[in-house]
Amino acid sequence: MDIKDIVKEENLVYKKTPLMTDKVLSYCPGCGHGTAHRIVMEVLEELGAQEQTIGIAPVGCSVLAYEFMNIDMIQAAHGRAPAVATGVKRCYPEKYVFTYQGDGDLAAIGTAETIHACNRGENITIIFINNGIYGMTGGQMAPTTLDGMKTSTSPYGRDLHTMGNPLKITELVAQLPGTYFVTRQAVHTPAAVRKAKKAVRKAFDLQKENKGLTFVEIVSNCNSGWKMSPTKANQWMVENMFPFYPMGDIKVDGVILDKN
Amino acid sequence: MGELKLMKGNEAIAEAAIREGADGYFGYPITPQSEVMEYLMMERPEQRTGMVVLQAESELAAINMVYGAAAAGKKIITSSSSPGISLYQEGISYIAGAELPCVIANVVRGGPGLGTIQPSQADYFQSVKGGGHGDYRLYTLAPASVQEMADFVELGFEMAYKYRNPVMILSDGMIGQMMEKVELKDQKPRWSEAQIKDLNGGWAAIGKPESRERNIITSLDLDSHKQEEHNWKLQAKYRQMEEEDVRYETLNTDDAEYLMVAYGSSARIAQKSMAVARAKGIKVGLLRPITLYPFPVKILKELAPQLKGILSVEMSAGQMIEDVKLAVECKVKVEHFGRYGGVIHSPEEVLEALEQKIIGG
Repeated sequence: MDIKDIVKEENLVYKKTPLMTDKVLSYCPGCGHGTAHRIVMEVLEELGAQEQTIGIAPVGCSVLAYEFMNIDMIQAAHGRAPAVATGVKRCYPEKYVFTYQGDGDLAAIGTAETIHACNRGENITIIFINNGIYGMTGGQMAPTTLDGMKTSTSPYGRDLHTMGNPLKITELVAQLPGTYFVTRQAVHTPAAVRKAKKAVRKAFDLQKENKGLTFVEIVSNCNSGWKMSPTKANQWMVENMFPFYPMGDIKVDGVILDKN
Repeated sequence: MGELKLMKGNEAIAEAAIREGADGYFGYPITPQSEVMEYLMMERPEQRTGMVVLQAESELAAINMVYGAAAAGKKIITSSSSPGISLYQEGISYIAGAELPCVIANVVRGGPGLGTIQPSQADYFQSVKGGGHGDYRLYTLAPASVQEMADFVELGFEMAYKYRNPVMILSDGMIGQMMEKVELKDQKPRWSEAQIKDLNGGWAAIGKPESRERNIITSLDLDSHKQEEHNWKLQAKYRQMEEEDVRYETLNTDDAEYLMVAYGSSARIAQKSMAVARAKGIKVGLLRPITLYPFPVKILKELAPQLKGILSVEMSAGQMIEDVKLAVECKVKVEHFGRYGGVIHSPEEVLEALEQKIIGG
């Protein structure tokens, strides 16, 4: 049987969304960024929102997100994406505006911009990729680096006494009255990807309804930065990241969920 | 004739921004320019024209809100004062690198550091020589009256969009705080969505239709050769500014043997000094640069052969004097006079400096 007999419209079960460009991803093989990009773009495709969306790219591994996302985008200075998004959304309240930020960008240098955009209840969506490390600059300690976790700037492991504690920024922003939907997801298994995509869809749907800021954290791996194989990194993430950053919704319909 | 009002310089900027049809103002309070946002908030521009006004959590956020809204093709203005403008510098560098039009007003106060809240002209270097990182220039306008505070909002937007470059209105605490008669322009309508698509749709991030490629706003290019090409493009723009949009005013230069060069508040003071000197028979003229970048180099070169000396009068320890010296290529003696740190020189002090440093010196 020739390959042409198999590649036919009626046999098509999946195709890449046209909202992703054909540019080869610059992310390391095994990294969660590619999947996270894809689900955000698939959701925007489903919403028919290409012409109605402006995305904000951060500084970090996803600094070049605009090369892969087939929409109009603005590259922001390190940490300032929520302020940039605020400027856009205030001038275009009817459009979809989102930021796509890593942990260093969102929870260290951009903490003020994050907190205040959340607190003002800007009608934007923040996609927050948390892999507990600075990937792009070569694996330095992040605000979300776990206790004892080794990075290039905590080579003997994060010491809580001298380096401070890992920051649960997502739980923190859930406390603010301006956030309407806050959730923590992952993209390491097909089931997790489906759940994460549902959460992203919900975030954009709520943005359309002007409900306030919607915040989707995606706990991800960094196999290069963590110096592990992709499989090992995912396993390490489940065993170490998930207990500290538990999966699931944190705030729904403006109400913090009671976990007890 | 437009509507006449008695206003503070800061209020004039705010009112002119509404009448210009600006889409947004983002800022953070700082003395001596807080009246800009206070006036805007009081005026309810969201009702008058639909203009957005937002108080940001910091200058860092404010300038990045400007960056975002300008990137989306909207007409955006902001204002701050020296320490706040220092915090703006990161954003201004990105705005210049990404080639975004916007107007930034600096109502300068004395420094360095927290300095003082009194007027100063010590942010000249920061405005015309860079300020943030990288090779870029701000088209810099220096108003010397409340009228010019208003007028330069319109001119500033014209230049910002002509060059797709940030424009700085470099005033000071005196111009910002003092009240003068100002003639206001009639209300212009804000750009419609269709006009924005028509005017800025070629570059602005306003949502990608099927029919065109993505519009990406970025200052990043990891390929250094491409980044160099981008820099060449920026430099070509700056050369064009130097060719086409130098602005200045000359007073009594025809027969002048001596020249004072002064901008903004200092030009107002030097004008008085000149009148007193002329009454004493001293043939002194005044060059008032209106654009500090691009600096009025040609007129200085033209005047140089007839001059015995030039006094650069500025409320700083001597910043603009460097551009004056470069312009006359040291063929004429150039001296500096100015009080600084928030102290304003008197016309008598300026005249004394002219007599001692230039005429007698």
